[in-house]
Amino acid sequence: MYKYDAIDRQLVNERVEQFRDQVRRWKSGKLSNDEFRPLRLQNGLYVQRHAPMFRIAVPYGMLNSTQLRKLAFLARTYDRGYGHFTTRHNLQLNWPKIEDVPDMLAHLAEVEMHAIQTSGNCIRNVTTDQFAGVAADEIIDPRPLAEILRQWSTFHPEFAFLPRKFKIAISGTREDRAVTWFHDIGLHLKEVDGQVGFTVIVGGGLGRTPIRGQIVREFLPWQDILTYSEAILRVYNRFGRRDNAYKARIKILVQALGVEEFAKQVEAEWVHLKDGPATLTQAEYDRVAAHFAAPAYEPVGDVALPDEKAFRKWVDRNTHPHKVAGYAAVTLSLKPHGIAPGDITSEQMETVADLADRYSFGELRISHEQNIILADVKQSDLYEVWQQTKAAGLATPNIGLLTGIICCPGGDFCDLANAKSIPIATAIQQRFDDLDYLFDIGEIDLNISGCMNACGHHHVGHIGVLGVDKNDAEFYQVTLGGRQGNDAKLGKVIGPSFSAEEMPDVVDKIIKVYIESRHADERFLDTLDRIGIDPFKNRVYEGRAHGKAKVAQKEAA
Amino acid sequence: MAQLIKNGAVAVDSWKTLEINEADTAESIALPAGDIIFPLAVWQARKAEIIAARQRIGLLLQPEDRVEDIADDLASVAVIAINFPKFVDGRGYSTAALLRQRYGYAGELRAVGNVLHDQLFFMKRVGFDSYAFTDGKNAAYALEAGFRPFSDAYQAATDESQPHFRRRA
Repeated sequence: MYKYDAIDRQLVNERVEQFRDQVRRWKSGKLSNDEFRPLRLQNGLYVQRHAPMFRIAVPYGMLNSTQLRKLAFLARTYDRGYGHFTTRHNLQLNWPKIEDVPDMLAHLAEVEMHAIQTSGNCIRNVTTDQFAGVAADEIIDPRPLAEILRQWSTFHPEFAFLPRKFKIAISGTREDRAVTWFHDIGLHLKEVDGQVGFTVIVGGGLGRTPIRGQIVREFLPWQDILTYSEAILRVYNRFGRRDNAYKARIKILVQALGVEEFAKQVEAEWVHLKDGPATLTQAEYDRVAAHFAAPAYEPVGDVALPDEKAFRKWVDRNTHPHKVAGYAAVTLSLKPHGIAPGDITSEQMETVADLADRYSFGELRISHEQNIILADVKQSDLYEVWQQTKAAGLATPNIGLLTGIICCPGGDFCDLANAKSIPIATAIQQRFDDLDYLFDIGEIDLNISGCMNACGHHHVGHIGVLGVDKNDAEFYQVTLGGRQGNDAKLGKVIGPSFSAEEMPDVVDKIIKVYIESRHADERFLDTLDRIGIDPFKNRVYEGRAHGKAKVAQKEAA
Repeated sequence: MAQLIKNGAVAVDSWKTLEINEADTAESIALPAGDIIFPLAVWQARKAEIIAARQRIGLLLQPEDRVEDIADDLASVAVIAINFPKFVDGRGYSTAALLRQRYGYAGELRAVGNVLHDQLFFMKRVGFDSYAFTDGKNAAYALEAGFRPFSDAYQAATDESQPHFRRRA
């Protein structure tokens, strides 16, 4: 993975001292709260319900074991001994003290990490596919270009105060695993006539106004990615709305102008930047790409695995095909039933760091599904890895299954949330705690967000759950049919929302309709696409009181 | 009054900004003598009159004003002030970058409005060379620490035409 050189190290160290000085000036009253706010946000520091929240960047999801041990140390020393992996390659700590954050940043800088631009109205952490570099369906490894974009976006002087946050995702595989259709810029790497470049998608996003992105350029040579991005950002910085934070994302500008006009403005800007000094060089690409060279795989070949049923279940769900024969990518589930999805303790982080050292060249990745991946495990080591991850509570075989829920921190932690999300996830996990039944149900994405900001990606869950606030009470709206990937689309709302207590029953009814209606080999989504949402809707709302009847029922109770 | 930072020091400001009151219009407002920074509307309405009467001319651009609209006037102008009504409104950075990099403006480029210590580095990078630093804030400390929190940068900008990757040995 990428190793800092002199300038990377210098900038991150200088950032620590800059923030230390800003905290000092804020404490002594020389910076007002309003003046300090964007500065702390651009260092990942929120002031939240119970305590500050601190968001650490894991650029494009890559970590080494030394870095993970440092995260374990930070969580133990400055927090309550655990952290939370988010859907955008970040680790969040929920209880640090503001005064400690400069020291925490200094610790991170020691291991080539930071919290730069993990929040605020600026270019955020660039994200990609957790299987980058090892996926069997990969066309081009997106990580060198992700690192180049990370450097370019770091302290970009023109784009530190955008109308709103700005997120970039890159995918280099046939099957998009980076949710590129729902980012401010989504990039699909591809090769056309021997030339490597991108399809450029702009104006996607989840949140309050979920919109699928649109293609502004079918093919952009890779050398032009920085100049073209600058053209997009400049159009957005100048003309994006600033009068209403809810209408300030680039997706609103693209919708207002229409994608053709937006693309025209970008191209008009790009004419002036194209072939300028920011055009990437082969030398720079090669320098960065050398950091992502394949590790020293052994020529082992595929092996036969033990027949033990529980182990086979885990292999089936928690391993992913590797481009090198004899290897597999292993997903450690941070979704054990009854624990907040994405949470991990310091002890578990240290165990995972040890496993990475022993079995996966000392490296690991974070997925947007909030799990950890050991990307390069020999198949002959899988049984040992399974036993050790099982002992650490990280081997729940539920990747891609109903209980492998994507979930935001929700109302238990987050100031923005309308409703709690973690208790809904755990209640559903408890209801579906039977592994055989979970396997029988098969592949299904259940995503939960505690508010319309959609950090839990509920819009693209096959089943999506959104927490809403009605007269100070928490309710949950259910959508069906959303999906990520190449055919990414938004789910449809099935009807009126439910109370927290109703949610396990609601999911149960949806699953029952599927089980009863499915053809052999049909996954949940296939059945849903075939029969439509009405049968699900009818079952869920069957016998359920509405409107006046509901009020009468309540009064009677 | 803001504290003018220019050429690495706190400087005396000879320029005054023409304020349009409610009773005035761009067409009717009296044009005072001396070094005046004119709002864009006044400049556009009275360009010939202003050029005929004075040696040194200043222009004030608001965040929404388009550089393209004054691109042909730059040779007549000695100072362009770009207003930051709130420091979190970042449009002025693009305005400055365009003036310097695309239109080759070489006169004084001044940041005015909510100009604070922690944005000076970005402002300098996009091409500002004078700063109407907010009154009541520590200008001496800004001069000491505000302009160089970072000793280098990855991107090309007005102050460095080559990105870092083209400057590698």
